[in-house]
Amino acid sequence: MTNISKEKLVVSAIENGTVIDHIPANKVLKVINILGLEAYEDEVLIGINLNSQKYGKKGIIKVRNKYFEQNDLNKIALVAPNATLIVIKNYEVIEKKCVEIPDTIEKIVKCINPNCITNQETIDTKFRVIEKNPLKIQCHYCEKTMTNIRFSE
Amino acid sequence: MANLKDKNLISITDYSKEEYLEILKIAAEFEKNPKQEILKDKVVASIFFEPSTRTRLSFESAASMLGAKVIGFSNPAATSQSKGESLHDTIKMLSSYSDIIVMRHPREGAARYASEVASVPVINAGDGANQHPTQCMLDLYSILKTQGKLENLQITLVGDLKYGRTVHSLVQAMCNFNATFHLVSPNELKLPSSVKMHIKKANLEYHQYTDLNDVIPFSDIIYMTRIQRERFSDPLEYEKVKDSYILDAATLKGCKETMRILHPLPRVNEISVDVDKTPNAYYFEQARNGVYVRQALIAAILGIK
Repeated sequence: MTNISKEKLVVSAIENGTVIDHIPANKVLKVINILGLEAYEDEVLIGINLNSQKYGKKGIIKVRNKYFEQNDLNKIALVAPNATLIVIKNYEVIEKKCVEIPDTIEKIVKCINPNCITNQETIDTKFRVIEKNPLKIQCHYCEKTMTNIRFSE
Repeated sequence: MANLKDKNLISITDYSKEEYLEILKIAAEFEKNPKQEILKDKVVASIFFEPSTRTRLSFESAASMLGAKVIGFSNPAATSQSKGESLHDTIKMLSSYSDIIVMRHPREGAARYASEVASVPVINAGDGANQHPTQCMLDLYSILKTQGKLENLQITLVGDLKYGRTVHSLVQAMCNFNATFHLVSPNELKLPSSVKMHIKKANLEYHQYTDLNDVIPFSDIIYMTRIQRERFSDPLEYEKVKDSYILDAATLKGCKETMRILHPLPRVNEISVDVDKTPNAYYFEQARNGVYVRQALIAAILGIK
């Protein structure tokens, strides 16, 4: 039996929706949180510590009847840079997308500088990615560089 | 020739080397003839959300000497901000009253944000601990004027190199001119690695010292800053180092004749008054240069020069 078919036994297939695969095993709950899936009303199937040929252990999330926007994809890239998004329609794989940390990150991250104007006024945050691995970003407004990423509420 | 019309000045890195040089060239013209009514039909909004003496008066003096009308405030308590108006709304409103906005704000990033909201150009006159690009421009102008060139100089920076925003901007700007940097500070207040990165990227040299005497003989410029007690977690450490970075006339013995001392001011005790009388003291002239540089910036950004 291949790993894939074992995995199917653990986390069952969905008819329509998105599979987020190759999440670092310890980041699955973070991805759920970033995507706001705690509040999602349809089925969300989660697998943690599944065997992966590429990464050893991995996590997987299957979200029934949900297709993600580019912005959501970027959010995932920040905690799960190797994640793959698989779009499923009628149990068929329609599209596979690799996530990549973008050159700029908008809205989803909060500036860690408490004196930054973005923490006072209602402003969409914007960051320039200086280094992708390890991640280092710079606030477009206050110009502070940071390695600790805090997501906007 | 660089065209600076409508170009915001928020961060020192917004302008290229050619653009700095253009501003310095125009500033030199204004120094020869500072009173010209070339901005008679222009309105400059000077909005200071926190107190400032030197920068505000220098900007307002620069604009007035060119015949512009100056509107604005120096005390946000007297404005609608105190009633809870957002910066966004204040800037929107001011855009329709003025041709250019000069702004100081206690929050970092406020100037960049204002430039995105405003329909007129914005000059950052200081945004919290972040940037103060016009100070850097006047520092460049002062270096050029006293040394006759910007290239290949021995630039010594003394004092609080960790938190001093003027030091960070000056290092970034001087990286364009093949400078060698001599960094004199207590260990607690060394230049941050993010700023040293600019020096490394430009393939330039820097040397770190804890003793000011080591750098006196070869420096072309000594840029002094104040060491503040509140920057030290251990008050004993402050007591230990506080007097090591005081420049007095005796310390200057053996310096180059052409060496000049700069300071962004206000000084407290880091430069003794006996230095004021030496030919090396340049900090008061440096402050005066601020007017010409700000005239150059306002005129160039308004497209008049």
